[in-house]
Amino acid sequence: MPIESVNDFVIRFANVNGSGSASANELFARSILRMGIPVAPRNIFPSNIQGLPTWYEVRVSGDGHLGARGGTDMMVAMNPQTWDKDIASIEPGGYLLYDSTKPMPKSKFRDDITVIGVPLTAICNREYTDPRQRQLFKNIIYVGALSALLDMDVAEIEKLIGEQYKGKEKLFDANKHALHLGRDWATLNLDHPIGLRLQRSNAVGDRIFLEGNAAAALGAVYGGATVCAWYPITPSSSLAEAFTRHCSRLRVDTDSKKNKFAIVQAEDELASIGIVIGAGWNGARAFTATSGPGISLMQEFLGLAYFAEIPAVVFDVQRAGPSTGMPTRTQQTDIISCAYASHGDTKHVVLFPEDPAECFEFGAISFDLADRLQTPVFMLLDLDIGMNHRLCRPLAWDDTKTYDRGKVMTSAMLDAGTDFGRYLDVDGDGIPYRTYPGTNPTKGSFFTRGTSRDRYARYTEEGAAYQDNMQRLLRKFDTAKDLVPRPLQANAAKPTKYGVIYFGSTSPAMDEAIQMLEARGQHLDRLRVRAFPFHSSVASFIADHDFVFVVEQNRDAQLRSLIVNECGIDPVRLVPVLHYDGTPITARFIARAIGDHLDALKVTPLRKVVS
Amino acid sequence: MTYVVKPKFHHPELPKNALGYTHRDYEGKISTLCAGCGHDSITASIIEACFELSIEPHKVAKISGIGCSSKTPDYFLNASHGFNSVHGRMPSVLTGANLANRDLIYLGVSGDGDSASIGFGQFAHCMRRGVNMTYIVENNGVYGLTKGQFSATADRGSKSKRGVANTDSAIDMVGIALQLGATFVARSFSGDKKQLVPLIKAAIEHEGASFVDVISPCVAFNNHTGSTKSFDYVREHNEAVNFLDFMTGQAPIHVDYAPGTVETVQQHDGTTIALRKLNSEYDVHDRLAAMSFLQHHAAKGQIVTGLLYVAEEAEDLHGHLNTVEAPLNTMNEKELCPGSAALDKINASLR
Repeated sequence: MPIESVNDFVIRFANVNGSGSASANELFARSILRMGIPVAPRNIFPSNIQGLPTWYEVRVSGDGHLGARGGTDMMVAMNPQTWDKDIASIEPGGYLLYDSTKPMPKSKFRDDITVIGVPLTAICNREYTDPRQRQLFKNIIYVGALSALLDMDVAEIEKLIGEQYKGKEKLFDANKHALHLGRDWATLNLDHPIGLRLQRSNAVGDRIFLEGNAAAALGAVYGGATVCAWYPITPSSSLAEAFTRHCSRLRVDTDSKKNKFAIVQAEDELASIGIVIGAGWNGARAFTATSGPGISLMQEFLGLAYFAEIPAVVFDVQRAGPSTGMPTRTQQTDIISCAYASHGDTKHVVLFPEDPAECFEFGAISFDLADRLQTPVFMLLDLDIGMNHRLCRPLAWDDTKTYDRGKVMTSAMLDAGTDFGRYLDVDGDGIPYRTYPGTNPTKGSFFTRGTSRDRYARYTEEGAAYQDNMQRLLRKFDTAKDLVPRPLQANAAKPTKYGVIYFGSTSPAMDEAIQMLEARGQHLDRLRVRAFPFHSSVASFIADHDFVFVVEQNRDAQLRSLIVNECGIDPVRLVPVLHYDGTPITARFIARAIGDHLDALKVTPLRKVVS
Repeated sequence: MTYVVKPKFHHPELPKNALGYTHRDYEGKISTLCAGCGHDSITASIIEACFELSIEPHKVAKISGIGCSSKTPDYFLNASHGFNSVHGRMPSVLTGANLANRDLIYLGVSGDGDSASIGFGQFAHCMRRGVNMTYIVENNGVYGLTKGQFSATADRGSKSKRGVANTDSAIDMVGIALQLGATFVARSFSGDKKQLVPLIKAAIEHEGASFVDVISPCVAFNNHTGSTKSFDYVREHNEAVNFLDFMTGQAPIHVDYAPGTVETVQQHDGTTIALRKLNSEYDVHDRLAAMSFLQHHAAKGQIVTGLLYVAEEAEDLHGHLNTVEAPLNTMNEKELCPGSAALDKINASLR
C-alpha cells in the first residue's frame, strides 16, 4: 500500500555535487515553510567540489519534529552513481521520482514502491540549448513536478523565487518558467496529488530558519568580537565567512567607512589561536573558528592561555575524524579534547548549544565568560546544526545589556594605590585582576609567562608558588560552574527512576524520542547539559535516579567520561547510548536503544508469569 | 649571571631624554644569561635606542617566543607589558596584540631556533602581512638552553663545539624577509653597538614590518674555532654596507661626512635617516639588488651588515584591513553591538 501522509514524511534528493541542485532543493524546503509547515533539511555532502554524490533530505513534520527521522518516504533519484542504494533505501510503500528520459530495465525498480517517471532531460533538451542551463533548470523542473505531486502552493514558490531574484527580472522569469514546465507536465501526465501531501498549516509561527554557523557568527558580532583569526576547515569555514559578511554590514563605521573589526585568514590553526591569544592579552575580544583537527593543532597555545589566564573564544564545529571524507559528516567528538585541552593540568569552559538560537546566544555570552574568567571558552557546535538550516526561535537581544569585561584594573585604580598582583586572588573567587598593556606609565605592567611566577607575576620556580597558583585556578573553575549556562531539566509526566542526559544537536531527536517512549509507557526525566564545568544540578540529577542514560554522538561516551570524572559518579549508573556513523542521531535510534534497555531491566520474574 | 639585586639609586647627573627619563628608566630585571652573552649587548642596545627615541616605556609591548633570546624582554623596559609566549609563535601573538591596539609599539624578540625552525612559518607569514612591528632575531646559530644543538641558521660546514660539522644548508632570514615583503630589513652584530643602536631606532620608527637580524655569538656553545657565528669570525667577515645616523622629527640635518658619501632617507612617517655609505654602489631602496648582493657576499663567506633595504612606501596590516583609527580594545557595546532593531530586521529576513 502506498504511504498516505499529510505534512509528515521524509523526502530525499539524490544529486551530483556541483550540479546546482542545492539552491533548488533549498527553494523546495523554504516553500513548505512558507505554507506554515515545519521542515528540517539536512545536507549529506562529500568532501568534493564536483562530481561525487550528495544528498539533501527534507523532513516535513507538521508536529514540528526537527531531528533526523531516518528512512525515506520519497526519493528524488537524480544520480545514476547511487541509484541502486537510493532505490533500496525507500520505505516500503514509498515513492520514487526519477528522470524517465532514458528507458530503464524493470529490474532497476521495486514492486513495493510507486514509481513516478518525469522525462526531465527530454524537457530540458527541448527547451534549452545551453548545456549549463539544461543542467540548472532540470533542478527547478523537478521542484515544479513535486509541487503538483505533493499539492504545494505554487504561489509561495513563485514568491520565494521573486525574493531571490529581486531586481533581476530575466532570472525570475526564467526560473518561474522552468518551475511551470515541470508542474504543467506533471499535472497533465501524472496522477496527482500522491499519497504524500502538504496542507497549509500555521505550525511555523514566528520562528526563523538559519544555519548554526551563521548564528554563532552573529553572536560574535553582538558579543563584541573585534578580532577573528581562522584557517579554512570544513565544517567551520562558513562561520568565519559569515562573521566577515555580518561585519561588513553591521560593523563599518558610518563616518570614516573604516572597519570596527579585523579578520585574518591565518597560515594555520596555530597562528589563528596565537593571534586570538595576542588580541585577548591586549584587551580585544577575539575568536577563532575551527574543527577537531584544528583543536589538536592548538593544544599548546590553549595550555598557555589557561595558565597565563588570557580570554579567548574557540568555536569548534565538530565533525568525524581526521583527513578527508568522513569529516563532512557530523559527530560530537571533541568534548574531551576541548575540556582537557593541552599539556599540564588544564580544564576549560565548554558550551553546548542545541540550535542556531543558542548558537547566537552562547556565541555572544562566550565573550563575557572569557573576559570574566580570563580563560579560553569553547563553544561546541557540530556539522548538523552548523551547516544545516534549522528552524528556531527568533534571535533576541536586550539593549540594556552591557559587556562584562571582567576584572580589569584601570590607570586610576593603580594611581589610587590599589595593590596589583596579576595572579592575586583578591575576591576569593579565584579570579585576579589584569591590566591591559599601556595602562599606566609606572604601575601595573607585568611579564606574562605560562606558570613559573608568583602572585605578583614575578619569576619563580618554587613548588609552593606553583601549587598555590594551581589551587587558585581550581577555585576559578568552581566559580565558572555558576556563571555558565545551567542545565535544563524536564520531568516525565509520572515519577520515574530513570533519567537521560543529552546535549547539543541531539535535542530535537531526544524530544521526539521521549514522546515515542512515553507512548510505550516508558517514562524518563531529561537533563540537557549546556556547559562544562558541570553545575551541581548534574550530580543531583544523577543522584535522584537509579540509572541515567547519556546520549552522545561519539564512540567513546566522552560526556559520560567527563561526568564520571568530574562528579565522581559510579560509571555503572550511567548507561551510554552512542550513535557515531556520521549521520545525525535520530529519535528512532534513541527510543529503540533506551526502550530495549528499559525492557531488559523490567524482565518479569518467572514466578509472576506462571502464577 | 648574577644574583645581586640591582640598586635603584643612580648618579644624579645621568643624562635625561626629552621625557626626563634616564636610561635607568628603560632597564629591566637583571639578566640570567651567561656572562658575555651577545644577547645582553642587544638588550643594552634596545635600552639605548628607546632612551634616545624618548619612547614612553609603557607604550611598548615586548613579545617573545621561547629560548635564551626570548627571555631577554624581561631584562629591558620594566614598565612595559611583556609576553613570553610559545616556542616559535611570537609572530602570531604579536599580530593579535597589534590588531587589538594599534597605538602601542610592538617589539618582537626571537632567536634563530624560535624563528628559523619551529617558527619559520609564523616568521614568514608575519612578514607577508606587513605587521607594524620591530622583529629582532638574536641569531647565534645554536640552541643554547638545550645545550648546543645546531639551529637552522648555522652555516653548512660550520662546526659544533664537539667538532661535528653541520651538513644542512643555512636559512638566511634576511633573504627570506626581503623576499616576503618586509619593508625594513637590516643586519647587525651584537658586538657593534654603534651600528646596532641606530638600526633599532630606525626599525622602531618605521611604520611597517621591520626585520633586524642580529648576529649574537653564544659564548657557551658557539664561540669556538670552526664556528661561523663566533665573535672572531663575525668581526673578520663583517662587510658593512653603510653606517646609519638616525634623526627623528623635521629638524635640518647636519652631517660631517665627506660630500657624496651621505644619503638622507626620508621615511614616510616624517622621520629621517642619514646614511653614511661605505659601499658607494649599494642602494637601500633596491630590493632585488639587495638580495643579489647578499647572495654574492654570502657565497664568499662574508656577512653583510647595515641597513639593507627600506621601502619608499611602507604599508601595514591595519591599512590592508582598513581598521578604524581607535584601538579595537577600547570599544564597547556602544560601538560594537548593532542592537535589537538590527536583529529584528535580520530575523525578518530569515523567514
